[in-house]
Amino acid sequence: MKHELTLYCEKNKLAELRNFLDAELSSAKFSEVLKNELILAVEEVCANRMIHSHSCNPSNHLNIKVKQFDQSIIFEIIDTGEPFNMLDYVEPDLKEVIRSKSKGKLGIRLVKRIMDTIEIESTPAKHICRLIKQLNSK
Amino acid sequence: MLSIDKQKDIEHVTLILDGQVDASNSVELDDEIKEVLSLNYKTILVDGSGLDYISSAGLGVFMSYLEDFEEKDIQFLIFGLSDKVANVFHILGLDQLITLKANKEDALKTINEA
Repeated sequence: MKHELTLYCEKNKLAELRNFLDAELSSAKFSEVLKNELILAVEEVCANRMIHSHSCNPSNHLNIKVKQFDQSIIFEIIDTGEPFNMLDYVEPDLKEVIRSKSKGKLGIRLVKRIMDTIEIESTPAKHICRLIKQLNSK
Repeated sequence: MLSIDKQKDIEHVTLILDGQVDASNSVELDDEIKEVLSLNYKTILVDGSGLDYISSAGLGVFMSYLEDFEEKDIQFLIFGLSDKVANVFHILGLDQLITLKANKEDALKTINEA
């Protein structure tokens, strides 16, 4: 099984991403709730990259890699779009989000709540977002 | 894939969601809520029992109307969410801002008690 997916930058490809991740996480060690959390976190990063770093250009793509270990799982989202470090992003107050009637600003909050470690590597050649989840953790 | 049906009752309107909500189709959910808001019901229910997945794009749609519901004194309840979908609301603390009920019976009981 090849644990990689090439995902073109169109929002209607997100279902394809979920199908890929669902198959990757089919092992019994992932409960339905945990599996859904992991799929959601990876999708949030991919949707952000597609929309904000690639302007949904369908000829651009992301590479998604899944690496499973006994005690952890690592997802890498690799692309050549504009760098963005979500670790520097200051989450707005939820009450302010409601007051402003904003429809966004929740995705990064979800990723940070779900994942144990987030690493960003950015070089002129590529941008890598690495999401790490320790199994049997939060 | 997402389908949204509407069921209009005398006292309330119910949006029945079936499928998955993500960044590609959250605008459909947005349009439906906008429409039911214009119908001037005092209670809006969402039947989430057929909702298999929701990302931040869908959650953001619900969030963006909370101020309108408050201003117009509209009761807004979601019922029937699966554990995995309800968990997403819990992660963000949205269960403190939106009334979630296990099933339609509980949702209607909450309305009648208000």
